[in-house]
Parts: sequence; C-alpha cells; structure tokens
Amino acid sequence: MKLGHALEALWAISSRELRKFIQQRSRLLSALVRPSLWLVVFAAGFRNVFGVAVIEPYTSFVEYQVYVAPGLLGMVCLFNGIQSSLAMVYDREMGMMRLLLTAPLARAYLLACKLVAGTLLSLVQCYAFLGVCALFGVDLPWIGWLYALPALLLGGLMLGALGLLLSVYIKQIENFASTMNFVIFPMFFMSSALYPLWKLKESGADWLFYVSSINPFTHSVELTRFAMYGQLNVESLAVVAGTLVVFFAWAAYGYDPQRGMVKKRAQA
Amino acid sequence: MASSTPTLEVRDAVKSYGEVKALQGVSMRIEAGQFMALLGPNGAGKSTLFQLLSGLFVPDAGAIAICGEDFLKKPTIGLAKLGVVFQQPTLDLDLSVTGNLRFHAALHGLGAEGRARIAPLLAQVGLGDAGDKICRTLSGGNRRKVELARALLHRPALLLMDEATVGLDPQSRTTLMALVKGLCRDQGLAVLWATHLVNEAEAADRVYVLHKGRKLTEGTPTEVVAASGCASLEEAFLKMTVPPAGAAPGGKPEEKAA
Repeated sequence: MKLGHALEALWAISSRELRKFIQQRSRLLSALVRPSLWLVVFAAGFRNVFGVAVIEPYTSFVEYQVYVAPGLLGMVCLFNGIQSSLAMVYDREMGMMRLLLTAPLARAYLLACKLVAGTLLSLVQCYAFLGVCALFGVDLPWIGWLYALPALLLGGLMLGALGLLLSVYIKQIENFASTMNFVIFPMFFMSSALYPLWKLKESGADWLFYVSSINPFTHSVELTRFAMYGQLNVESLAVVAGTLVVFFAWAAYGYDPQRGMVKKRAQA
Repeated sequence: MASSTPTLEVRDAVKSYGEVKALQGVSMRIEAGQFMALLGPNGAGKSTLFQLLSGLFVPDAGAIAICGEDFLKKPTIGLAKLGVVFQQPTLDLDLSVTGNLRFHAALHGLGAEGRARIAPLLAQVGLGDAGDKICRTLSGGNRRKVELARALLHRPALLLMDEATVGLDPQSRTTLMALVKGLCRDQGLAVLWATHLVNEAEAADRVYVLHKGRKLTEGTPTEVVAASGCASLEEAFLKMTVPPAGAAPGGKPEEKAA
C-alpha cells in the first residue's frame, strides 16, 4: 500500500462523507437541536435541583450548564458515531459498501478511513454545538475550545469505532431503533454526562455507580471535561484509547472476508 | 510472464453458507481477450462466484488467481486488476458522473493521470457530454454505462459483469454488450458476464453453464449446442437445468439449491 494512494483514498472517503452531510441540512439541524434542548430546557429546569459541588477539574462552584456541556459534546459524538454505522448498514444493503471493498487497499484501512471520515463529522457538530453554548452564555473557557480538540477527536473515534462494531452485527436498517434503546440511551444515562458519579453513590445506587464508572462513554466525557481546563485525565485517556483499539480491532475482524461480513444469506 | 498465464483461473472453489452448498468445486479459466458468459438459472451460484471473485468472501477451499497472482493471499494485487459492475446499482446518485468516477479514481490511487482518463472514457461509452450531469437524472441504461466506465477507469485486465443488463431495455442491453465485446477485441480485456438470458450467452466466445453450484458444461456456444444434441442454446440450457417430471439431471436429487 503506497502512502500517496492511501491518502488519496482517505481524502476521497472523508470528503464524500462531508459532502453528504452538508447536503442533508436536516442532519446538522437535528444534531444541534438534540443537545441544545438538553442545554436550554433540561439544564434550566434542573440547575437548582442539582447543586454541583466543587469537583475536579473545577476550582469553584459551576453552573449546571457548564457541567453538562462536555456531556452533551459526548452525546453529539455518540449519536453521530452510531448514525455513521447506520449509514454503513445502508451502504451495505445498497451495494455501495461492496464497491468500496473492491478498492485495492487493505480492508482494515478502508474501515479506518470510514471511521476517520465519520469522526470529522462529529467534530464539525461538536464545534457547532460549542457555538450554541457560547450563544446561550455558557461560561466555558475560550482556550478550552482548542484544548478539547484532541479529547473530542479521540472520544469521537472511540464512539465511531463502537458504531462500526455495531454495524457488523446490525443486519438490517430496521434494527436501528433497538440500537438506540439498548446502546445510546444506557450509555448516555449511565455516565457522568448529566451528573457527577458521586451523586449515584450518594443515592445508594452502588451498582449504577460501578457500571457508570467503567462505561467508556463516561471516560470520553471526563477526558473532554478535563481538557476544557487544560488538564489531562490520564485514567480516562487510557480507557478511551484502550476501548478504541478493542472496538476497532473487533470491527475489523467482523469485516474480515475469512469470517464473512454480510450475514450468510442463502441466494434467492 | 508466460503468455499462457490466464487472466482468471479458479480451481475447485467451494463455498457453503451453513447447510447450503453454494459452490461445490468450481473451476474456470478465462484468457485475455475472451468473453465468457456465465449462464445459470437463479440460485445456480453465480452471485456466490462473483462474491468470491470480487474479494467480498474467500472460498472454503480451492484457489483463485488473477493474472497469475494468488488472489486469496494478495487480494489487493488482484483487486487492482479487476473491474466490477455489480448487479445492484452502486452509483452515488447525488453526485455528477465525473464525481463518481473521480471517487473511484481516488480509491484506486490513480492520481491526476486517472482523472485525465475520465473524459475520453466517457466518450468511449457514449456519454461524452454527460460528465456534469447528476447521476439521478440519467436513465437506467446510461447509469449502467457510467458504472462500466468506472469499472474500466483503472484499466483492469478482467471485467466482471454481474447480471449487469437486468432491468435494461433491449436496446441498452445490446449497446452495453457491444461496448464490452469491443473492449475484448481491441484491448484484450477478459470478461466474465453473468446472465440468465440465453440470447446474451449466444453472443459470447465461450459459455459456462453453472447449475446448483457445479459446472454442467463449458465451450463455445456452438460446441455446447452440438454436445447437447439440441437445436439451439436455449433448448440445450433448458434441457440441462430444468428437471423433466421430477428427475434432476443437473445434480443429485438430494442436493439443496444454493
């Protein structure tokens, strides 16, 4: 595999995804409306219910909106990561995936291109949402926009790899709704996105606390939360990087022609 | 390289999907410049064979070589020499004709040289003025021509056409076939053209009849007809693949159709 060829293919696949995303304006809109509703409505309603104590990385009491913003950035990456996998299932049913896989490149590399392309879309949406946060006067440090970039990139890759892995096992587009119920919602709610985990412990929900603290989504959110203030959460970095490698390797295995990608359907 | 190296060589390819034996030891050889029609009823194993040849799956047993290179060990070398037109449409309909071809050129790492080939190639398939058109606005026949141009863009040695004429009107079919036959003659392209239409197979250099995952017969259309003792290829094909009153002449009765 020549480097020039590899980059040319990466560019082609990424710009195709970006172009498709720009053409579907409703997708950007819904990607923004979802976290914005949480930010504006949910956070407004609950700001006085949840008193957030001073916890790392914050040095003083913060508004609930400030606390929840990294969680909502995570939500953006989570939805987009899973949505990209939906597109893979669609491409597979429509035959586009077969065309892609006849490119003379290693299959794992083609999957990596898909992953990077999907993650770029996550980043675009994250920054658009940061813009919304600024518009609503959420007090996030401006330099945090820059610091958060590597954290969002890594978190986006990890959640995209999860989507890639799911696309191996989702046989049909129709099964996507159940993926929402069984993957997106549990991952989001059993995490530190909406409330600090010690709140769960304090409520006596020990098992929830335990599950939430090993949830990779929690760590992608914490990685971003710390990065916003120029701090590195090493534990979260390790968890996010580790799960990224596992999810991607597993997905690549699933797409290996030796094992068979499309469910072995009998020919009509 | 010896001149006798075939463009495609398949030896004893076996592929099962669970209980279903889709291919049961298929061998095939296509030389440069040869137009081979792969004829078989629905469920004969044509699609499975194409999935193996386009690298989507690997056979359970057997060997595949493209231009003498082991396709199973080094798939990327084979894929670079392979052009495919799939049965299902695979164009990005929101993109222009040229845009679709550029995407393909990038996937194959063709660079500026590949992009420069697009316009002459479109002219060659009769779409010289359609480069800027959005694919959604094209007729079915023209969409297929775009897919043919795309499959030829990286100058493959072997072209796979997987029931590429399904859903096309007779005129588009004839045009597409004539284009591909011209490429065999002029550029030495080897072609495997899957079809269940006997009249398409009649126009081929060689016919390969696949039924229930096995080769029934192979030869020039004339040879196949002569060997069957029938008057036409259609009659010969029906005789081979349709069981007369309960018996199954093509395969053993206990076999499941793939």
